[in-house]
Amino acid sequence: MSFLQRLENADRRWVFLLMGLAVAVPIIYIGLTGKTLPEKATPLAESAFKVLDDLPSGSRILLAWDFDPASEGELGPMATSFIRQCSQKGHRMYFIALWPVGAQMIRSTTTKVIGGYYPDLEYGRDWVDLGFKAGNEAVIKTIATDFRQMFPADARGTSVASIPMMEGIASLADFDAIVNVSAGYPGSKEWVLYAATPLKKPLVVGCTGVQAPLMYPYVPVQVRGLLGAIKGAAEYESVVNDWVRADRIRLALVEGGMSETEAATIARELAADPKDAGAWTESAAAASLTPASKADILALAEDPTPGIFLEAQRRMGPQLVAHLLMIGLIVMGNVVFFASRRRGGGR
Amino acid sequence: MKRTVPLIITATVGVVLIVSNFIPDFRAWGEEATTFFSIIAAIAFVLGGGSLLKVHLRKISDRNAGWGYSIVVLGTFFATLAVGLLKIGVTPNPAFPDMPWAGDVQAQGTAFWWAYEYTFKPLTSTMFAMLAFYIASAAFRAFRAKNFEAMLLLGTAFIILLGRTFAGYFLTSWIPIDGPFSGLRIEELSVYIMQVFNTAGNRAIIIGIALGIASTSLKILMGLDRSYLGGGN
Repeated sequence: MSFLQRLENADRRWVFLLMGLAVAVPIIYIGLTGKTLPEKATPLAESAFKVLDDLPSGSRILLAWDFDPASEGELGPMATSFIRQCSQKGHRMYFIALWPVGAQMIRSTTTKVIGGYYPDLEYGRDWVDLGFKAGNEAVIKTIATDFRQMFPADARGTSVASIPMMEGIASLADFDAIVNVSAGYPGSKEWVLYAATPLKKPLVVGCTGVQAPLMYPYVPVQVRGLLGAIKGAAEYESVVNDWVRADRIRLALVEGGMSETEAATIARELAADPKDAGAWTESAAAASLTPASKADILALAEDPTPGIFLEAQRRMGPQLVAHLLMIGLIVMGNVVFFASRRRGGGR
Repeated sequence: MKRTVPLIITATVGVVLIVSNFIPDFRAWGEEATTFFSIIAAIAFVLGGGSLLKVHLRKISDRNAGWGYSIVVLGTFFATLAVGLLKIGVTPNPAFPDMPWAGDVQAQGTAFWWAYEYTFKPLTSTMFAMLAFYIASAAFRAFRAKNFEAMLLLGTAFIILLGRTFAGYFLTSWIPIDGPFSGLRIEELSVYIMQVFNTAGNRAIIIGIALGIASTSLKILMGLDRSYLGGGN
């Protein structure tokens, strides 16, 4: 039996084994070394970031987590990055879910990001978990005109009347932007149809790979930013990570006595190339800073990004190898097919 | 009666929703109708539970193939229902310490949380992850360049598969990013395919679907299409 015939009759468990290795080896390698592949953000990821960045601190952002553990691998990292950007920017976050287990997704992402890295944010003042509500798009249609009819209490059972940040929230019109992370129905399409379009609200969508092609027609008017699957998440994550680093350096520079404009420019440069921070703190431009400020800036520039904010970029490794394997399998399958057809045995 | 009442309800609510969308004075009516929908959606969860019981109890009683799995389904259904309704392992809400039932059923450490964290979450994640293996197997056995259309599809798939990874950037990084041929870089091609070809095709489909939904909705509202009532009519 020739090699091609053997391939044609190969047990499909060999393919399963190859796919298992294609995913497992990069996961182990990245886990051991901590190395990630570089990401260049596309305009869609940049505009997703810009929608939230252009809003002044304290803006009201509605975050709808319409996904479940099955799609957490694709959507979890972008959800954490959205929370990170909003938390760092000082936006007020209102979490809701149209999927029954979306409530658990809210809980796990807020616990990881707010609980772990922004403990100063106060529940009820800076963020609130309003939990799951049944009714799919009818929920969106109702809260478009009357928010409290659907959400009279938060997920913990506290009346929204006694939650300070709910003051002034009567309908969806009172929010400055909507962020939706969606794995299907009800999800991003429903938010486009019943919220973003009639209310003309900026909507940022993060969705699974199979949903993304269906959302492109709504870009850039109804959907202002679109993150498709783990690739979109990795691009957005890298933009947010760089911005968070720059923002922290900027705050340290301002605290050290530098003007806002100058601090912002220098912070951006140092965040883009943290290796230059050491040389910069020794330069004449940093002469006005105290040694303590310089040490702070150096630490902030070189501070490694926490693992949970690198999840999307880490997952791009297994995706790369798995995609290459898929291409290899398709090519190999076609070689076998045409060789078999030439022999007169084609299907 | 069984068919006339649902037809009247559908037609009335449908007309109210359409009118409320175009005439602001009737907006409140539309909101009322939407509230009813939300109530029905919540009740549907109970009906869903009832339907689950009916199907699986019948399967067990008839000893149909796989009836053992039905026992597992019903067992886990009742176990989850019990730990949720009886709030097993829930600690009282600090704001209301005298009311043991005021605690959060989904809080970490509760029996409901355990069921979610250690049963539901790993099972659903595993189910979804298994797709990768079946897609790989299908790619090897079914994705054939048998004709021109299939070759176009294959070529597009390769560009998208590569463009969604670092390989796309790496393979064509020799093309200057600010040169006249930058559009031929795989990552740029991938974005172009998604934003132009995909968007054009999808917009056409979306418009077609919308027109189809509008005409089907009209038929339902006028009582011409009664297939949603069941009974094969």
